[in-house]
Amino acid sequence: MQANSDTAPPGTAAPERLNEAGLRRDGRLERLALFGLASPAMLLILVILVIPVGWLFYVSFLGADGSFSLENYERMISRKSYARIFVTTFQVSLLTTGICILIGYPLAYFMSQLPDRLANIALITVLLPFWTSLLVRTYAWLVLLQRQGLVNDWGISLGLWEEPLKLVHNMTGTLIGMVHIMLPFLILPVYGSMKAINRDLMKAASNLGAHPRRAFWDVFFPLTMPGLSAGALMVFILCLGFFVTPAVLGGGKVIMVSMQIVRNIELFVNWGAASALGVVLLVLTMAILWIASRFLKLENLAGGGHG
Amino acid sequence: MSWLNKPATETQITHGQRLWLYILAVIIMILLVTPTLIVIPMSFSDSQYLEFPPETWSTRWYNSYFGSPEWMRATATSLKVAVLTMLVATPVGVLAAYGLHASNVAFVRAAFVLMLTPMMVPLVLIAIGAFYAYVQLKILYTVTGLVLAHTVLALPLVVIVTGSALKSYDMAQENAARSLGAPRWKAFMTVTLPQIKFGVITAALLSFLTSFDEVVVAMFISGGDNPTLTRNMFNALRDQIDPTIASISTIMILVTTCMMVLAQTLGRDRRPK
Repeated sequence: MQANSDTAPPGTAAPERLNEAGLRRDGRLERLALFGLASPAMLLILVILVIPVGWLFYVSFLGADGSFSLENYERMISRKSYARIFVTTFQVSLLTTGICILIGYPLAYFMSQLPDRLANIALITVLLPFWTSLLVRTYAWLVLLQRQGLVNDWGISLGLWEEPLKLVHNMTGTLIGMVHIMLPFLILPVYGSMKAINRDLMKAASNLGAHPRRAFWDVFFPLTMPGLSAGALMVFILCLGFFVTPAVLGGGKVIMVSMQIVRNIELFVNWGAASALGVVLLVLTMAILWIASRFLKLENLAGGGHG
Repeated sequence: MSWLNKPATETQITHGQRLWLYILAVIIMILLVTPTLIVIPMSFSDSQYLEFPPETWSTRWYNSYFGSPEWMRATATSLKVAVLTMLVATPVGVLAAYGLHASNVAFVRAAFVLMLTPMMVPLVLIAIGAFYAYVQLKILYTVTGLVLAHTVLALPLVVIVTGSALKSYDMAQENAARSLGAPRWKAFMTVTLPQIKFGVITAALLSFLTSFDEVVVAMFISGGDNPTLTRNMFNALRDQIDPTIASISTIMILVTTCMMVLAQTLGRDRRPK
């Protein structure tokens, strides 16, 4: 262990070199021992996650009779209902990401311009829903958006619309809930990249005669791209595998891949079909992450949570 | 209003010119916060239906929650699992973060990617994988199984938070302690750990919350005698809108807010930079 404590006494150059190989070996052993500290964590992840998911890969290639077959994948291609599920999944993910950008970017910009004390208060409004349980927030939207819910009550009494609108148990409700849950994942990285911009750059742009709009789009906006793309990627990836919110607020009308996986197991006990869907979802997620990692620093993404 | 004509940005846009931004931002902030907060007054309503503002106030939905052995059992399970997850995930994750930080063998990067897989693999897939594995290991519907699965979900957060605390710590201090004769573990416990403790506390609280809030995995591997609170809530939500859920939600908001306030006060690094 203590490789550096047994160095040779001063003035004896030759034995020091003799020790070199031993020292290097000790150093290597020590680094391996240190790496070993990570082994309980890696073992847990291997046993609870990697091996079972690997088994699902294997099962996805088994047919109903237990022999090797591609029927689970063929079904996905041949049946219209499966194509629709993938279309819905991408539709929900893209729309959620898009709305999050449209709503989140201006808010992050607003927050980045506030003096520190006010900015901290504004930040709490972003962080509070971030802490709150996913289920609680989904439930809150269910209550607000239902037929006799608060939104319909107020909308009608203010004369904005006459009949109660169908706001939940459909795509509208799903999108409202998803956007609310995903917004902090977009706002926080964008806000971070905006705060890091040197404000003098905007002054310089103005000074050189740029119209404020031009200064914004040519100077400010490109500098926020790393945060914006990291946040948008995070939101999109989380949406692809989302389950709880569409299951509760979609009311069975919005079927995403993750919900079909659960249905295949709970209703039909069809592990092959569920696994094949899971494999496609995982491969899609990894492919998107891989492509993105070639353009972005993925370290920026760390620090999420998902449901 | 002279304030409206004052320049607000470096590019001399006035407050008046971007009034729309202020209005939009305030509306978004209200939309972010109110949906969750509105559950709190609703939970004190006396009515069968969820109304706002409630016409008469009562604590009947709290009575119905605290009076139900089923909800109480689920709450106890959730709290037990969350505390155990915190106690397992924190040391295991801190060890891993330290090991990966201090060792520079060639495959550290690969190991780091492995540590992050629980965050990248879709939850549903983790859930059905664990379900299958637990049938084989005969730990389906047990507290042990839940704690192990939630630990796996919490590990990436612990490794990231502790790892970033380690990054701003100077390892030379530990080397100094060791060259003065302290064994490695002692140097870690007395020199390194006190300096990264803010990160470790934050990591511990995050792993508690990860477990306490988790729905999808618990849906598959909790049940029988040990359903979690979130699993029962999710099932209740699919059936009908029972105001009891509002009271449980209020309590959950209270628990998570307390945790986050704790994390802010205990986990903040107050040393001068």
